[in-house]
This record gives sequence, structure tokens and C-alpha cells, in this order.
Amino acid sequence: MITIVNYGLGNIGAFVNIYKRMNIATKIATNANDLLGSTHIILPGVGAFDHAMDLLSASGMREPLEEITQQDKIPILGICVGMQILAESSDEGVATGLGWIKGRVVSFANDPVSSALPTPHMGWNDVKQVRSSVLFKGLETDARFYFLHSFYFLCAESGNAEAHANYGINFACAVQRDNVFGVQFHPEKSHHWGAILLKNFAEV
Amino acid sequence: MLRPRIIPCLLIHEGGLVKTVGFDNPKYVGDPINAVKIFNEKEADELIVVDIDATANGVEPDYRLISDLATECRMPLCYGGGVRTPEQAKRIIGLGVEKVAISAAAVEDATLVTRTAEAVGRQSVVVVLDVRKRTGLFATGYEVFTRNGKQVHKADPFELARRMQEAGAGEIVINSIDRDGQMKGYDLQLASQMRQELRIPLTFLGGAGSHQDIEALLGECGVVGASVGSLFVFKGPYRAVLINYPNPEQKDEICSSGLGDYFVEKSEC
Repeated sequence: MITIVNYGLGNIGAFVNIYKRMNIATKIATNANDLLGSTHIILPGVGAFDHAMDLLSASGMREPLEEITQQDKIPILGICVGMQILAESSDEGVATGLGWIKGRVVSFANDPVSSALPTPHMGWNDVKQVRSSVLFKGLETDARFYFLHSFYFLCAESGNAEAHANYGINFACAVQRDNVFGVQFHPEKSHHWGAILLKNFAEV
Repeated sequence: MLRPRIIPCLLIHEGGLVKTVGFDNPKYVGDPINAVKIFNEKEADELIVVDIDATANGVEPDYRLISDLATECRMPLCYGGGVRTPEQAKRIIGLGVEKVAISAAAVEDATLVTRTAEAVGRQSVVVVLDVRKRTGLFATGYEVFTRNGKQVHKADPFELARRMQEAGAGEIVINSIDRDGQMKGYDLQLASQMRQELRIPLTFLGGAGSHQDIEALLGECGVVGASVGSLFVFKGPYRAVLINYPNPEQKDEICSSGLGDYFVEKSEC
């Protein structure tokens, strides 16, 4: 059962719909109890880093998620801000992130090349794998995803970066450490490319 | 490489989908949910849906319809119409919409843009400016309108767009009233001047009558959004209703002129 964490951010319905079309069962978790029995967890999110951390803490699901993913090693996929909060901190705010993947979330505005480009980074961009990954099976030669963000994940350990996109600079748009996955783009809004990635995650 | 976005724009009037000419004469073209399903199949880059009744009638956005659209939509969705407060924007984003468009309320009070950006994040705040070329013997430049082209504002559109960018808009949609439904091409002069003035993503709406028109816009402005009304809902000289969208090969061809050219530096112009 794929559990979609609903802590008040992100397009829960879109994930439910995509998996429904693939005949993959999902459920929505709004509290700690709902997380029981999960085999896979999706952590969506839009908006600001601190707001996302505040809402996740307030939902009462932060500690149980820590236990399920860090001790029981249940696979989790963070999306957009749901990916960013996997980091330790963000230049966007002061909150401490989950820290499940070492790194910091930084702004395009601090880079001399990408700061000359319009921000937010908005639209469809090519995604190139930098190492083999179960998430990108079938997406090796052609992967295009929808992005909408001004901050990106700067991995402390480059081995945690699975794929890059280019926006003035190459940045990690997919990260992974053990059972913890994160993507900056929106697979739920990325047509067949997104559907393939979400199916791959369901099969991890 | 970031690609230009080709974005169908759907107008909602009395619960149905319509297309206007010069912001007038709405013609019924079908059911909104059905149109979303077709654009899903055609893998459109993004979708803009505007409820043209909400602000005009002073009513709340139709949250039920927005929720249905967002759930059906497999591409990023921007909703506009009747949004006047950050709370409304928050609620709409919560329904699974990626971006909320504000027009009249933002033009009247730029702090709404700032407050909405604080509530939902700058990336989700779109300001739509309805612009009309001044007409008359000695007239030059452009004017800004709100409320479906009925109310004129004093502000210069370029200065206003800059102000919206500073206030926290994540994207600006420039909608040419005089090109609406004409299908004779975008206002390239307006588009390129806006592109030079602003440093946030931009989308242009109004005038696309062929794939070549979109290509011309991207050739002029680089990586921007090209939004399309009539062209994607009508077919042929008699304007028979037929929802269409370029296939991947056509899209590559249309976009080839704009690829890689993210930003035209002001100094070069």
C-alpha cells in the first residue's frame, strides 16, 4: 500500500489518480495511525521550507515517519519541497530539516550564472541521470519533467545525487540515500515521464 | 535545457467552456473537464483556466469545479478568476492547483501579491495583466484594463509589470485584449519589450492563429510561455470546435527557435 502523506501541502489527489490508473492501491495519511501498514511513502509539498517543516511537525507524523523510514527502512519519495525538507537546512528559512540526506537547500540567486536567468525555474526541463537508479528505469535516454522552484538541493555527498537538470548550472534534481528518495520536479504533473517514475518507485 | 511552454488557455463562463473575441461574444466550445482530459492525452505543457464570471459577478471562486479540474489535470494547472485574498489562494493551492492567477485585485492593491506570495510561495503567484494598444490618431503605447476589459487603469503596463515583479509575482501573463480571438499573431513588440523589462517567467496570451505565430513569439522572446486560446479549440475557417494541440514533433519544431535563449539582456537591445 502506497501511503501519501497529507500534511496540508501538495497535490494529494493527483498521486491518487495516477496510481489508480495503474491499479496500484494508495491511501492518504493525515495522522500517525494512518501511516501503519505502509509499504511505500510519498511526501509531497509545495511552498516554503519552514512552512512545510512546521506543518509536518504539527501533523504528528514527523516522528513516526522518522521511525518508519530510518529504522524500518520503508522507501520514501519526497517531491518538490517534500524533497527539500529531506536536507538538513535551507537558505530559504531557519527551520531544521529532516536531515535524512546530507545537504543544504540553496538559492539559484546565489549562483552567478543561474541568477541571470528568470526565477523561479519554471517549466519542462531535461533530466539526466548521473548514476544508475531504479527510479529512472526506462527514462535513461529521454526524461523530461516539470519544475517550479527557486531553491535547489546541494548534496553534501555527491554520491547521493541521482540525476541532474541544468538551469545555468547543473543541480541535483533527484537524490537518494538507501531507502530515501527525493525529486525536485513534479512527477505527478509530468505526463508519461512522471507516470513511469512513480511506477518505478512503487516497485522499489 | 529548459523549454518554452505552450499553454492552452481555457475560459469558463456559466459553467461551460467559451472562447471570446476582443473579450466579448463568448462562444460555447464544450465541457471544461472533457477539455482537460483531451489536453492530458495530448500531453500539453501546462494549462491556464480562467473563470471570467467570478470577478465580474463579485462571487467566490467555484472551489468544487477547481477541485475537479485539478484532480483530472495531469499537467500543471494555473487557475484565475475571483481571487482577492491570500486565504482564497491558499485554499486553491490546497486543492492541487500549481499556480493561482490574480488580476484586478493585484492591479488595485499590489500588497495582495506580496501577501499571497508569503502564503503560498512566490512560484505559485501569477499576475495577469490585460493590455490594450492605445488607438486613435496620435495614440502610442499601451493601457491596462481589468474586469474583462471594462475598466481602464492609469498605470503604464511596463511599470505596473515591474511593480508586480517587485511585489512578489512568480510569473506574469500578458494578455493582449486587441489580439484576443483575432488569430493573426501575437503582439511581438509588446512581448519583446516586456521580456526586456522583467526577470521572472513570462507568458503571452492573445493572437496565436497558427503554429508559426507561436514560433515567431519564441523566436522573439526565447524561453517564455506561449498561451493559446482559439487556435487550440477551433479548426478551419468556419471555426468548428475541435480541441487540438501540437504533437511532439510539431512542438520541437515550434520551440526550436526559442531554445537555449533564456534571457535577452537589456544591454543588447
